[in-house]
Amino acid sequence: MTTTKHRVGEHLRDQGVSRRAFLKFCTASASLMALPPGLIPAMAAALEQARRPSVIWLSFQECTGCTESLTRSHAPTVEDLILEMISLDYHHTLQAAAGEAAEAAREQAMKDNFGKYLLIVDGSLPGPDANPGYSTIAGVSNYAMLMEAVEGAAAVIAVGTCAAFGGLPEAAPNPTGAVAVMDLIKNKPLVNVSGCPPVPMVITGVLAHYLAFGRLPERDAYHRPLAFFGQSIHDRCYRRPFYDKGLFAETFDDEGARAGWCLYRLGCKGPSTYNACATMRWNAGTSWPIEAGHPCLGCSEPRFWDAGSFYAPLSVPTDLSSSRILTAGAAGALVGGTVATLARRTVATAATSRQPVTADELEQTL
Amino acid sequence: MSALSSIPVRVQSVSHGTANCGNAVPILHEVRHALERLIATGEGTQIDLNAIPFGPEDEAHLLAVLGVGEVRATIDALGPTHVQETAIPGVWLIDYRITEDQRLALHLDIGDIPEILRTQRQDLDTALTTLDARLTRAQGGAQFES
Ligand code: SF4
Ligand code: SF4
Repeated sequence: MTTTKHRVGEHLRDQGVSRRAFLKFCTASASLMALPPGLIPAMAAALEQARRPSVIWLSFQECTGCTESLTRSHAPTVEDLILEMISLDYHHTLQAAAGEAAEAAREQAMKDNFGKYLLIVDGSLPGPDANPGYSTIAGVSNYAMLMEAVEGAAAVIAVGTCAAFGGLPEAAPNPTGAVAVMDLIKNKPLVNVSGCPPVPMVITGVLAHYLAFGRLPERDAYHRPLAFFGQSIHDRCYRRPFYDKGLFAETFDDEGARAGWCLYRLGCKGPSTYNACATMRWNAGTSWPIEAGHPCLGCSEPRFWDAGSFYAPLSVPTDLSSSRILTAGAAGALVGGTVATLARRTVATAATSRQPVTADELEQTL
Repeated sequence: MSALSSIPVRVQSVSHGTANCGNAVPILHEVRHALERLIATGEGTQIDLNAIPFGPEDEAHLLAVLGVGEVRATIDALGPTHVQETAIPGVWLIDYRITEDQRLALHLDIGDIPEILRTQRQDLDTALTTLDARLTRAQGGAQFES
């Protein structure tokens, strides 16, 4: 099972993949990683020579939505190719082996590839001070299993908001004492692919980057890959011209909603949310929540479950009154950007100092 | 996944001038710069349209402005890839697909001919061997479908 001798290029040629097909794969991967198309030849050369890494995938307190997101990825052939390029040695939902045989496979892969394997984690886990009984696999606490597996890992990918930031299990009152993977792992390269669930192409994009360049992609302050999380939903939102003109939908079925106006006043968290939905979209690239008429929930941000109602407009920074925001919205892009920056800063610094504004209150100020 | 396309839901098109295709125009200007560069230096450019935050009407607007040219080709490798020269010579549209209705990437290629249309050096390595094998089989009286 632990085939790490083959180089990716050889492996693909063995599978009868033509050079044009390989170039197409590289084009799709570069597009996923938001790399400029001019880099495709260099990426093809690097991928050709890459070795197939062993991957151990641990699932803790999670709903399997993240694995579902990956395995229902819109591009099965490309995704299959990426999965071909790794050696998935342990994933207790996907693997055929069960019970002791599965655990033995994990231990063997960890021993054979010590220092070289990629560790993927989905789900948060009860921290070292919590009752370990809240989540165990084969009688081993999540905490013990993670700490053992991380020792020989070359890098760690936390997939989904639960693994990245604690997610739903960690939401108040956090009965299981759940913590994020990055709270426990400080001495290994780590990337957080947040989202509830994460955009599937972002998961495959990070894997393709690791394969092509032998290291994790560049990351932001929350360890998220910048290629996908470098810009806010608001910065990439096609409804932004309406925000800048101060044209907001007030309800889900008013004229503004039908005309595709900005969803800010219906609770859109786009200004403080960093994710790739606005360009990558969901379901075979069909659409994405805002295009479907629903405000962004902010699912790729820390503590999004505890950040108030999904339908309450974003907190207004205390140093900016709501009437100023509305004037600003009408005044144009420049001030719109300022509001977004302030909103981001407010959310990032203190959820507790929020001054929630309801749609009714905003209406009164109009 | 193919079942998605069978769900009879259609996005209602709402026209507000160019408000829903505000991102197509800057791309068209980028294409213009790339064409100038191609003419002056011979250097080609690829633009990844997936990386652009297009609204529902942007793509249609962009493609309508570029129009349809003389050359059209389909490559059958890892699903179909449709290559189409636009009405602007030197501006190619490349639609990388997994199946007919699932897109992987959409590129504009500003150049003489897109790389993916050329015969690839690595595939040439096996060209003689393949032809020799076919010659041997032909001499043995074998029939070929294509
Ligand atoms: S507030 Fe939401 S809907 Fe409005 S422009 Fe920003 S991201 Fe788009
Ligand atoms: S639009 Fe917002 S809430 Fe919805 S998936 Fe994207 S980041 Fe998450």
